Amino acid sequence: MKTVVNIRVNGVEQKHEVEPRTLLVHFLRDCCRLTGTHVGCETSICGACTVLFEGKAVKSCTLLAVQADGSEVTTIEGLAGDGRLHPVQEGFWERHGLQCGYCTPGMIMMAVQLLERNPKPTREEISHAIEGNLCRCTGYSHIIDAIEYAARKIAEVKK
Amino acid sequence: MSAAKGYFGKPMKRVEDPRLIKGIATYVDDITLPGMLHAAVLRSPYAHARINNIKADAAKASPGVVGVFTGADVNDKCGLVPCASPMPDSKIPKHTVLASDRVYFVGHPVAVVVAVDRYAARDALDFVEVDYDPLPVVSDPEKALEKDSPLTHPEFRTNVAFTWSVANGGLDAAFKRAHRVIKQRMIHQRLTPMAIEPRGCVASWHAGEGTLTLYTSTQIPHLVRTLLPGMISVPENRIRIVAPEVGGAFGSKLNLYAEEALCSHLAQRLGAPVKWIESRRENAAATIHGRDQIGEYEVAVKKDGTLLAIKSKTLADIGAYCQLNTPAIPTLTGLMLTGCYKCKAMRMDVVGVYTHKMATDAYRGAGRPEATYVIERLMDIIADELKLDPVKVRLKNFPKPTEFPFDTLTGLTYDSGNYQGALKKAQQISNWNKLTKQRDAARKSGKLFGIGLSTYVEICALGPSKMMSAGGWEWGCVRIEMSGKVTVITGATPHGQGQETSFAQIAADKLGVPIEDIVVMRGDTAVAHYGRDTYGSRATVIGGAAILMCIDKIIAKARKLAAHLLDTKEKSVEFRDGKFSAKGKPKKALTWKQLAPEAYVAKNIPQNWEPGLEASSFFEPPNCTYPFGTHIVAVEVDRDTGEVKIVKYVTVDDCGHQVNPLLVEGQLQGGIAHSIGQALFERTVYDENGQLLTGEFMDYAMPRAKDIPEYLMDSTVTPSPSNPMGIKGVGEAGTIGATPAIANAVMDALSPLGIRHLDLPLTPEKIWRAIAPVKVK
Ligand code: FES
Ligand code: FES
Repeated sequence: MKTVVNIRVNGVEQKHEVEPRTLLVHFLRDCCRLTGTHVGCETSICGACTVLFEGKAVKSCTLLAVQADGSEVTTIEGLAGDGRLHPVQEGFWERHGLQCGYCTPGMIMMAVQLLERNPKPTREEISHAIEGNLCRCTGYSHIIDAIEYAARKIAEVKK
Repeated sequence: MSAAKGYFGKPMKRVEDPRLIKGIATYVDDITLPGMLHAAVLRSPYAHARINNIKADAAKASPGVVGVFTGADVNDKCGLVPCASPMPDSKIPKHTVLASDRVYFVGHPVAVVVAVDRYAARDALDFVEVDYDPLPVVSDPEKALEKDSPLTHPEFRTNVAFTWSVANGGLDAAFKRAHRVIKQRMIHQRLTPMAIEPRGCVASWHAGEGTLTLYTSTQIPHLVRTLLPGMISVPENRIRIVAPEVGGAFGSKLNLYAEEALCSHLAQRLGAPVKWIESRRENAAATIHGRDQIGEYEVAVKKDGTLLAIKSKTLADIGAYCQLNTPAIPTLTGLMLTGCYKCKAMRMDVVGVYTHKMATDAYRGAGRPEATYVIERLMDIIADELKLDPVKVRLKNFPKPTEFPFDTLTGLTYDSGNYQGALKKAQQISNWNKLTKQRDAARKSGKLFGIGLSTYVEICALGPSKMMSAGGWEWGCVRIEMSGKVTVITGATPHGQGQETSFAQIAADKLGVPIEDIVVMRGDTAVAHYGRDTYGSRATVIGGAAILMCIDKIIAKARKLAAHLLDTKEKSVEFRDGKFSAKGKPKKALTWKQLAPEAYVAKNIPQNWEPGLEASSFFEPPNCTYPFGTHIVAVEVDRDTGEVKIVKYVTVDDCGHQVNPLLVEGQLQGGIAHSIGQALFERTVYDENGQLLTGEFMDYAMPRAKDIPEYLMDSTVTPSPSNPMGIKGVGEAGTIGATPAIANAVMDALSPLGIRHLDLPLTPEKIWRAIAPVKVK
């Protein structure tokens, strides 16, 4: 038995018929064809599937699409506005915050939430904020550099 | 090539990044083909069992299911999973794609369901009924060698999979001469690579053309193309392998796995594309593991710390099967066992042992981390026993920079080195004297504070073809397109290391064109026709050299065309900064953009000049490269909890000239993080029944951001003479060099308590248990 789920994803209404057990991450990947959100574990540990759900970073592998019915979701694809990179994306590029790139969309979404809540985080606070996101390539240091870069960038733009 | 000019040597951000940070890159699970079906694999819950019967009727009737296949259905159609590096005495079991009548490890594939979507396929797995008879299990390699041990593969009547030895010099004489013989047993725990993207593939069969396209998350599309015809009956020249974006591998995707052949077969059989994506649990159980050696080590030393000899008996627990390079891994340990030290004699005897576990194979470092760990731990133990300074013991045994190329007892030739230089620099950066005073002060105040050192050398850029089972060269192709844009194609298959950038840097400098004009293509055998792919820190060194060879050929060819167009002699054509001109007439220079259309339109070309500006090359390296360095680590151990905190981390690494220092730093930091995991947290655990207890991210403790120290990183530059750029590989150096430094630091911290050695990982629990009795006393 399928049910209709309607989610505003990156500002676009996405209405699809899915099984009630469909995970949000599969709704995004399979129905919306937004494959930037990745799956690394399906058990809420790696954070590769992190998206913004009503503005909050959540692991979309542990949320059902039906739970998100009627809500707003932002994925990595919706982050860059008018062809311009989000400062966090820019930071990851500038500071070599990624290698294989698989954890990257989740890391970036997590960092976006962090900087919204804490615009001037210390390196320790950054480490703490991304504790729920695993990266096996970079060894994290450059990711922390990248988020620091983004924080500075956002502050500059606000000035 | 000079490091100062142009793009070479600059810390440039990567050209591959925009697609990755925007979420619009294509990994294998992002691929959807028309009519595509989804496969899910049923795996054994037992480590060893007989399969009496499999009932698949209910699964076949499950909604959306297209087919259910067992070993009986496919094993006679698919060849055996290959091992490319057997030892002369190897006993290689028949490694069928699905279990036949027995299963040999938890996670062993037993059946495959193909359905219209991934949910339906996974659902149906629950309806496949397998009647197992559990059989006796052996999961401990030492028990596996006992007389009445259960047998992994009963047909061999032994659990010994192979033996291998390396020896040189007068061992007995050296041990007789020694003032001291020091023995230590060390366990190199089993590790799980845990790339964040699990394995996966999409196979597509074109019945009309008789061609197979396999998209697979692999490091080695070219080797897969060469090996796959041995498993499915499609010839090599009708197979195209595409490694799309690969989400991390670390050696775990340096294999031809059963599932890749299985999906290829099923796509043919069902006439529809078949996708299989591994779950994390499957990845932990059925993708190769690493390390897992137990060694007894013995060194003979003089009382001044001079190393005379080293010997070892090593058990390598290889699990139930030999995957592609399983037997070769411990041989790398043997070849590098003497590390960066002179030595009069050595011997290592390896026994590969079958147990009911997943196969081991190349995990980042692949045999070399074990070697470095052993020799660097031993250096500290020697210093400790002889009451010498560990720095001085190392300095005493290093070859001098003038002794390179340096021949080792194990038959290798270290290309270039200055081990003293890296050590000295690291000591300076670490503020060594102050650091040791800090340790003294901390100890006085009752703290457990330790300093650890690792002076490593490793073998990489594998390697000359004579060392390799299937060629150690790399292939490249460079084309100046008609527009003057440049296409660089590499047979190396980067998957996160950044060669789309570093190869563009190399090519842009050599051709004298802006880097924006260059595109680097990789990972598709229809584009990069030949290659030996990425492993053993080889891609930049060997693949980069192949690109340079191509460009040399193109410049030579273009010089002829330029001479013709400039109406001068070939000899008097100068090529500088991307322009060809006649000697003394730099104003009338021709750029690539001007030459290229002439080369392809071909109406005004020299006689007998073949149109086009394209060249391909195979670069055969004369030797491997041997990067080295020094890591200095300071730790504090919490007496109450046993927790280790890294308070200082200094590295000086030498990988010769650096094409892109930003990427080098990234590789090193990533590599060190694997070491932090190995040293402090990670361990793949099977219980005595062969049950895998670390089958998820939840149970397998990888480092997180908060576990990473602030680094002080620097380098020295000792160019390699074995390639035109003087570079050395760096992908594994961090993992090879760091682990012993961390371990040595922790053991130094515990030394006031009289604790000489603990095996890794140095978890809080293990340390707490070790120090608790001392506290009670
Ligand atoms: S896939 Fe969601 S947390 Fe790992
Ligand atoms: S960049 Fe590969 S997992 Fe983070």
